[in-house]
Amino acid sequence: MTQISRDDVQHLAQLSKLQLDDDEADALAADITKILGYVEQLDELDTENVEPSYQVTGIKSVWFEDEVQRSDVGREALLELAPEAVENQIKVPKVL
Amino acid sequence: MHTIEDIKQRIKSGESTARAEVEAALARAKQHEDKNIFISLTPERALERADEIDEKLKSGEIVGSLAGVPFAAKDNFLTLGGTTTAAAKLLSNFEAPLQATAIEKLEAEGAICIGKTNLDAFAHGGSTENSAYGPTKNAVDDSKVAGGSSGGSAVAVALDIVPFTLGTDTGGSIRQPASFNGAVGVKPTYGMVSRYGVVAMASSTDCIGCFAGTMDDAEQVMGVIAGQDEKDMTTLADYYTPAKVKQSAKIGLIKEFMGDGVDDEVRAQVKEYAEKLTVAGHTVEEVSMPITKYALAMYYIIVPAEISSNLARFDGVRYGQRAKDATNLDELYNKSRGEGFEAENERRIMIGSYVLSSGYFDAYYLKAQKARTLLINAYNELFETYDVLLGPVAPTPAFALGENTSDPIKMYLADAMTVPASLAGLPSISVRGGTTKAGLPIGIQLTAQQQNDSELFAIAKTMESHHG
Repeated sequence: MTQISRDDVQHLAQLSKLQLDDDEADALAADITKILGYVEQLDELDTENVEPSYQVTGIKSVWFEDEVQRSDVGREALLELAPEAVENQIKVPKVL
Repeated sequence: MHTIEDIKQRIKSGESTARAEVEAALARAKQHEDKNIFISLTPERALERADEIDEKLKSGEIVGSLAGVPFAAKDNFLTLGGTTTAAAKLLSNFEAPLQATAIEKLEAEGAICIGKTNLDAFAHGGSTENSAYGPTKNAVDDSKVAGGSSGGSAVAVALDIVPFTLGTDTGGSIRQPASFNGAVGVKPTYGMVSRYGVVAMASSTDCIGCFAGTMDDAEQVMGVIAGQDEKDMTTLADYYTPAKVKQSAKIGLIKEFMGDGVDDEVRAQVKEYAEKLTVAGHTVEEVSMPITKYALAMYYIIVPAEISSNLARFDGVRYGQRAKDATNLDELYNKSRGEGFEAENERRIMIGSYVLSSGYFDAYYLKAQKARTLLINAYNELFETYDVLLGPVAPTPAFALGENTSDPIKMYLADAMTVPASLAGLPSISVRGGTTKAGLPIGIQLTAQQQNDSELFAIAKTMESHHG
């Protein structure tokens, strides 16, 4: 059975962009180990030569006409949603 | 009970007005405040719309098939006039700039949204205990859960606050709370109703549906919100038509849903319902579907994978809560998400990241998607012989608040009988099946082939007229 450690959880948290303290990480390590242990029962199923079902109603790629669609929602309304906006742009702290 | 028809009749006869109906619904919501059903009420916009509709009614303008009928929506539907929080801290102040297609369609028919109901944050959960706003209490017993994730919407209908509510069902989030509170709950065929403007959870199984007091009301609401939408490319070409009553349907009772681990009273109610179906002229036979045992394992790989991808958009940059004092962009993401999500959101996002990681993808995600094919094949085989499949909605009646919160697997097991239909995209409804000796409601689950939604209504309706 797969064992997930605190370090594994912190690595996953990094991939998932989540800040966790050590207590949270320990609790999640126990939970995730348990959940992976449960889902691993799928190994009992023979799925050789079986195609995966990512989409269940048979719809294939649906295309739009290549035309500009005007949204009802304007730039002002969207910028108002941003926690910080300056001169028509959304402001974030430095990237590096 | 206030059915849609009752309200329409009252307004039509002049006995009542849209404003009076909305005011009465808001008053009932206030009266049940202790149940924690609503995250927000929007009286201002609701009464404004009611007055508009009353004006139009007076002047004889056509105002739609649901004119003046109040309803509520789960708080993961984008609506105007208030917040859309998805019951998460991250969106606690979020005011949507647009409305979900389902809301727009209901409003076009004159229905009036009075507020937004509680849910597990981002619809992750089966009890509404994962809400940042505290749990909703069961409609009949304050010590029991409402079920979830659409707990608030189920209780609002069960307590007759509004005749119908909207919910979302990704793995049972409409059917299970419907069962726990004694309402009708409808999950349609995947793609029947547009998902546009609804906070995404798992895009390959997310369905928009409703709760109602009667089958007729549920059917009418689904008829309004169904239909192809160019804003959701997974919607199916319009196929939905009102139910034709089938005199004698062939119904399969799934054996695996009646075994150990299923509460005795639940099993007895399903058997009783099966007997009533026989009396009503249908044929019921026991069928076996061994693969259903693995459905929950498939679900808890596929759905977290889709969640981890869908929830990547919540980054504290363009909307939602942003963490204070972040010194660089990465810290901003990590802190905003860490503070804004509930524990169950984090659990699912991280499981998703794990099963999609290179090195694990084939063993978990691909394996689960292949197993899903086996599940779909098993359904197809049964539908060659049977019109509808029958079973309980959940293995137990509503459990106690706090009973399953410390063990995620125990909580997930409450979904074991609802996730199979979700993975296969099948229409599936929860109908009332009586109560336990202690008075807790028990739901019966009916499931049909894709696009055979109306067949479910037809059968459930014959049962309502036969047995009340």
